[in-house]
Amino acid sequence: MNPVLREQLLLLPEYLQGHLALTFAALGAGIAVSVPLGIIASRSPRIRHPLLATVSLIQTVPGLAILALVVAMLGGQIGFLPAFIALTLYSMLPIMRNTVSGLEGVPADVVEAARGIGLSPRQRLWKVELPLALPVIVAGIRTAAVWTVGMATLSTLVGASSFGNYIFIGIQTRNLTAVTVGSLAAAGLAILLDTLIGSLQWIAERRAIGVGLRELRRALVLSISLTVAFAVALLVTLKPAPKPDFVVGGKPFTEQYILASVLADRLTAAGFIVDQNIGMGSDVIFDAIGAGTVDLYVEYSGTIWGSYMRREGNPGREEITDITQAFVRERGLNPVGLAGFQNRYALAMRRDRAEELGIVSVQDLAPLAGILSAGGDLEFFGRSEWKRLQSLYNLDFAQELTFDAALMYTAVEAGQVDVISAYSTDGRVAAYDLVLLEDPRQALLSYDAMLLASSAAAQDPRVAAALAPVLGAIGDEAMREANKMVDVEGRPVSEAVAYLQAIIDKSK
Amino acid sequence: MIELRHIQKTFDGGASYAVFDTSLTIARGELLALIGESGSGKTTTLKMINRLEEPTAGQVLVAGRDVLEQNLQELRRNIGYVFQGAGLFPHHNVARNIAAVPELLGWSKEVIEARSREVCALVGLPYDDYALRIPSELSGGQQQRIGVARALAARPDVLLMDEPFGALDPITRAGLQEEFRRIQQELQLTVVLVTHDITEAMLMADRIAVMQGGELIQVGTASELLNHPAHDYVTQLMEMPRRRAERLERVMRAAE
Repeated sequence: MNPVLREQLLLLPEYLQGHLALTFAALGAGIAVSVPLGIIASRSPRIRHPLLATVSLIQTVPGLAILALVVAMLGGQIGFLPAFIALTLYSMLPIMRNTVSGLEGVPADVVEAARGIGLSPRQRLWKVELPLALPVIVAGIRTAAVWTVGMATLSTLVGASSFGNYIFIGIQTRNLTAVTVGSLAAAGLAILLDTLIGSLQWIAERRAIGVGLRELRRALVLSISLTVAFAVALLVTLKPAPKPDFVVGGKPFTEQYILASVLADRLTAAGFIVDQNIGMGSDVIFDAIGAGTVDLYVEYSGTIWGSYMRREGNPGREEITDITQAFVRERGLNPVGLAGFQNRYALAMRRDRAEELGIVSVQDLAPLAGILSAGGDLEFFGRSEWKRLQSLYNLDFAQELTFDAALMYTAVEAGQVDVISAYSTDGRVAAYDLVLLEDPRQALLSYDAMLLASSAAAQDPRVAAALAPVLGAIGDEAMREANKMVDVEGRPVSEAVAYLQAIIDKSK
Repeated sequence: MIELRHIQKTFDGGASYAVFDTSLTIARGELLALIGESGSGKTTTLKMINRLEEPTAGQVLVAGRDVLEQNLQELRRNIGYVFQGAGLFPHHNVARNIAAVPELLGWSKEVIEARSREVCALVGLPYDDYALRIPSELSGGQQQRIGVARALAARPDVLLMDEPFGALDPITRAGLQEEFRRIQQELQLTVVLVTHDITEAMLMADRIAVMQGGELIQVGTASELLNHPAHDYVTQLMEMPRRRAERLERVMRAAE
């Protein structure tokens, strides 16, 4: 089998487990909340309108924004809980709306008959109204199930694992195999749930027109055996994951995936059970390590300086390293040491374009900026160093476009933008034949890779021992080569990890 | 058996009255027809007997007891109710529809089945042929017979009927009317029958109560209403069957 595909398929059980846990938990909670609320809403027109309007409103907020808001409301907590809450909120509309319309669709003369022969309101609900409304309610649950499976892929971004890991990591590492596996897996799960719940809906529809259980025996047997087969398949595939001693985190780009694996492998070799939680945004992961939900990851000194400390100016590489280490210590985090390389921002152009315009440094760029367009990653144009760059060199581009990091490189290669905010260790710089422009006025910061640990990890001397060989061992060149293997050559992350491990072992 | 004392009902806080100051007594074993145009208050009056509506003022007594002082569900379970269009539960078969009230009353399975056989025989549908059929498989007339069987299942003394035969074709209707009258006399049921069809009222009822605009304008036997109408509307109402009969007779004689 294709090694890239093989590597992806090995991840399937873990992601499937995460995806299923999220989907079923959210759907279960969605039903438990929305059906009763739907019943209350159908009883009282005064409540119905505001309730349905609120739930519809939630539905119109983009899924990603809901996730971000829930994380914020939970004080920065990441992982299963915020994803679960967001998905539950999202599943409510179709279930509640169908509960209301299902109950309203019960013929008035049947309800009147139920009252007239002396059924209490509760008996009316259970014996008459709910059985007759059930097909519509189940149809709502079916819609919600398909939505939830789809939206669960987004929960990767708040640190809950799902098929979204395939998709987001795949997009970042230009690994189309991963994206395809993730999309097919999510679609397959959606179709499966749709079919299973569809068969329940079919049964409920027949029950509602009085078809006896005996006549539905075959359908029931089929539906139950499908469900059992599904459950057995899951039990076989999924072994309960042992509780990890430590969680290694990573931000959503190739270098971080490689480093997270390098660190996780080192800890595993030292006898720890380790989980990886990769693909989190900068702010999320910095909060997570403070909260102890992530135990170890690689941060960059310039990011701490600019984004977390919101400092301006550039006192120089060593100063920044010292000040930022002191800052994270104050915040209760534990800097383990520097990895050796730095991954700083640098303005980059295609070599032919730079030569044609005679540009070697940012200084040369400034007079031409008015006719050039610049592309930045999702964070770059919001950073203070970009403002400093603009003011020190008097830079004013005709256009500033924001891209996902992987697409930013494609854009400069295709000539859609002239200059990008490249990363100095990025393998694509060499692969696309880009030149990094010099920065004589030191507007851009240094970004030394720094291992940060949670208190729990820092207190364990075996962790320090396991990580010691990494410190200072990964140089700029080694990191750039590892990134290139994945981003440019399309090799699996595991090969890049093996490459770096060999370098680390040699440096001892 | 049933006594209405100055009952009133308003749905809009007194701006208008659906039923206004109506008093009426119905004897045990009597079949009383409540007749009037739509909006005359006849159905509202009927519903106040088993508290599907509650009177704004006045008192309703069933078997000497004020209905407002009784447990709502118990009251309804002891009064049979037959609806226009039968109102059968579409998700239950015939047997479970008939068993609905006896089940609520906690009867044993055997007793319920025995009683279901009796009431099915009473309405002319063999239990064994119909028990497992579902309402959507039955004709309108069959549904209404099951509706009557369901209302009789728990041996009520009082039966309320809201235009029970209104949706049926004429031949089925005529057959069911006669059959029901026989059942009613056999079981000595006290029945209040709401109808807008004066021939149905004259053919079935012991007495007829005429309502107009929420008020009871006259109560009496068919001959009393014919001979001593107290109101123009009663005169018109009672003349109609006679005029139709005369015209029918002319048509039929011409055809001979």
